[in-house]
Amino acid sequence: MRSVQLRRGTYVDSVTLMQVSRRVAALDGVTSALVAMATELNLDLAAGMGFEVPPASPNELLVAVEAVSVDAALAEVDLALLEASRPAPSGFGSAPAPVTVRSAAARSGATVALVSTPGQWAFADAVDALDAGLLTMVFSDNVPLEQEVALKEHAARAGLLVMGPDCGTAVVGGVGLGFANVVRPGPVGIVAASGTGAQHLMALLDGAGVGVSHCLGVGGRDLSAEVAGRSTLRALDLLDADEATELVVVVSKPPAPEVAEAVRARAASLGTPVLFGLLGAGRPDLTETAAAVVQAAGGRWAAPEHWAGQVPAGRPGGALRGLFVGGTLCDEAMLVASAALGRVSSNIPLDPAWAVGDDLASDGHTMLDFGDDRLTRGRPHPMIDGALRVERLRAETEDPTTGVLLLDVVLGLGSADDPAAELVPALHAARAAGVPVVVSVTGTRDDPQGLRGQVAALHGAGAWVHLSNAAAARCALDLLGDPA
Amino acid sequence: MNLSTPPAVVTAGASLLADALRAQAVDVSEVLWQPPAGDPAALAAVMGDPRRVPANARALTAMLAAEAHLVDVVPAAEALGLGPGEFLHAGPPVEWDRASGPMRGALVGAMLFEGLAATPEDAERRLAAGDGVSWAPCHSRGAVGPMAGLITPSMWVFCLRDPSTGHESWCSLNEGLGKVLRYGAYGPEVIERLHWMTAVLGPMLQHAVRAGDPVDVKAIVAQMIQMGDEGHNRNRAGTLMFLREVLPAMIDSDFAQADVAAAVRFVSGNDHFFLNLVMPACKLQARAAAEIPGSTVVTVMARNGTDFGIQTAGTGDTWFTAPANTPEGLFLGSYGPDDANPDIGDSAITETAGIGGLAMATAPAIVRFVGGSVPDALATTQRMYDITVGENPAYGIPILEFRGTPTGIDVTAVVRSGVLPQINTGMAGRVAGTGQVGAGLVTPPMPCFTQALEALAARSAR
Repeated sequence: MRSVQLRRGTYVDSVTLMQVSRRVAALDGVTSALVAMATELNLDLAAGMGFEVPPASPNELLVAVEAVSVDAALAEVDLALLEASRPAPSGFGSAPAPVTVRSAAARSGATVALVSTPGQWAFADAVDALDAGLLTMVFSDNVPLEQEVALKEHAARAGLLVMGPDCGTAVVGGVGLGFANVVRPGPVGIVAASGTGAQHLMALLDGAGVGVSHCLGVGGRDLSAEVAGRSTLRALDLLDADEATELVVVVSKPPAPEVAEAVRARAASLGTPVLFGLLGAGRPDLTETAAAVVQAAGGRWAAPEHWAGQVPAGRPGGALRGLFVGGTLCDEAMLVASAALGRVSSNIPLDPAWAVGDDLASDGHTMLDFGDDRLTRGRPHPMIDGALRVERLRAETEDPTTGVLLLDVVLGLGSADDPAAELVPALHAARAAGVPVVVSVTGTRDDPQGLRGQVAALHGAGAWVHLSNAAAARCALDLLGDPA
Repeated sequence: MNLSTPPAVVTAGASLLADALRAQAVDVSEVLWQPPAGDPAALAAVMGDPRRVPANARALTAMLAAEAHLVDVVPAAEALGLGPGEFLHAGPPVEWDRASGPMRGALVGAMLFEGLAATPEDAERRLAAGDGVSWAPCHSRGAVGPMAGLITPSMWVFCLRDPSTGHESWCSLNEGLGKVLRYGAYGPEVIERLHWMTAVLGPMLQHAVRAGDPVDVKAIVAQMIQMGDEGHNRNRAGTLMFLREVLPAMIDSDFAQADVAAAVRFVSGNDHFFLNLVMPACKLQARAAAEIPGSTVVTVMARNGTDFGIQTAGTGDTWFTAPANTPEGLFLGSYGPDDANPDIGDSAITETAGIGGLAMATAPAIVRFVGGSVPDALATTQRMYDITVGENPAYGIPILEFRGTPTGIDVTAVVRSGVLPQINTGMAGRVAGTGQVGAGLVTPPMPCFTQALEALAARSAR
């Protein structure tokens, strides 16, 4: 029995809905369940699952179940939604939960705002946060470019900083915001136009015993000509003025040339030394940047640990297939791989001519970023819900042209509780099919998932495991053999 | 801003990110977020307008500075310059064809009272034809009227003045409850009462007001709020305090003792008498914020029984209208929900100024109209702080530790939160001539606010 409902007047965030969907799908007698806001992507998803979905607006809640007893499944949906809603305290006279950032700030005396509302609305919430005088992180993606510029100008007028939009990672005063690894406190301040790049750098520094004061994300577009480094410049000033920060490192893709000049000029004018880790062809990778930072901070650098896997070599003549949750990690792996292989197809291609089609079908050596905007509209980020990637991992394993698989696993606050567990069955399948899998793990000893346990689970399933993403990419190239 | 302050975080969006902060023992305040109403581009334009915050601060300052003195009581023809057959009514403009039952009933009553028609049928015919009669919103002249809100040339009106701005505002004298013109009743007893008010009550109040210093209506409102009146559906304390102000001069006049006794019985027997003074006082407060470019503060909320209309500080006297909702509440006698007309009256000016439904916490008796409890009343007012730009320290609510009433409804906060202003109101009978059928609670329709947002966006600065 199938049932499709659209419910009006209910909004629940995509992560909670994913948890509700999973809980319902796990019930006995339930074949499939999708509880999601009725975005285009989710409607397509429902159609792909065989549901007939009526026209709907993204503000409606789609409840689609296929079950022996639809009533029982829907009852579970209702229960799960009820438990997920956090009702206001109902004590005598206590105030109901705040409904705007401004009212929340006024009541709580907060200093920081973390906005992760859907992209088309995030601007309003972020302006509200700036008006309340808060350091504002905009986690949301799909925020229009002109709104990003307007937001950053607003922040400048208010003497504040906007981190983002599309800022996945920040650490402020030891508190991780969004996706962040648990790192020791220390002298290094990071300005990052790259979320997983910042995470990887922090994890490598922590592994080398060097701590972080603050990591200020600025959003991937900040160093573009349009945004002109507005938040990067502001973040440099803030870190320069911060007593805990002795050394600053800027992590980004190569900026627009005139923006690079402005950023370098600002960096040169500061009292605090500034290092640059700009990803690009012929430039240092994140691991090399980490080594330079550790040395500049007076620490001792040793190559990050790795563990060899169990399948000796790739399918002869096969292609390299990289499936990533981290955009920067995907970029870095493509830079390493394309130096040896030439063309690497991608949904975030190094060269526009290397773009994969809209169906994301693999085309020779291919690397995909599952965290790309187009794949997260109305869906949780793959670091929270890796289901789409696992599905693709199985498909690539079955594809006879696949030679070696390359993956990343990103641990830390905000990420899934046990990402290795989600991958292990697919890793076993790959080993059985004779496809080697190389995994880079970004994480620290104090991350909630447990770095050692995650590595052990992945390694136990036969994967090559590296704590350096660049080293993982090189390992994958080695396993691929001679690029004939 | 510096980075050394220990973070306490507000989160809006995915709960998982708030959970990750709580896991780090960080103080987290999670916003109960939902998708805003209306057009995302319009919202962005208005939120991004750099004039918005200072303009709203100016609007609030002006509202808080406004005062309200009762300076005179005179016929409307004199106060408002209404000529014969010229009427004012509540809410946004409405033509006869779209007028609700109570609005039609009140217009018929006005025709009979002014002697422009001999019978209700005659009145209806002339109204439908626009024969020798015209009507316009009270707000278009700076006046306000409860329910149907009819003000005709012969009716006497309270005249209030704001010394801080020099603005004036006017309101009719309250007729009492039950079968009254403002609820659309027009039977002989209604018309007879109106004539008595014109012949006796008006002149007597004029004498009393002129005999002393102007009555400080704002000061009485401040006291009534502390005495369990929210100023819209409860005006019991306010009415008695007003009577205390004018009673000596009424007694000490040349009016016949029987007339004085009748007037005192009439005022003290009508718990809503002071509503017609609260309303123009609130109008003066809201009007102080009118015409501030870039401000998203609501300056008028009013209904005509068909449409609900609002105006904002940033958009002048443009009305943004949508079909009015029907109140929920308790009914008189054997009346029921089917008998109730959609929301009607200028009395939502009290909410516009931050009292009435917005001050529900001070008058928990009102929520019992809808089966609510005292905590519901407290929660309602506290919710209203989320959609207003500030608080009015002159109107302190004792049970909220004398916190000021939430003041200055912000269009952007309403559309973003989906929280609509709470309005406490009376209910008129759907059929012309019925009168009052109950009282209860209602909210404005959201499209009024989304339309205002679009108009504000069209006038926004970058």
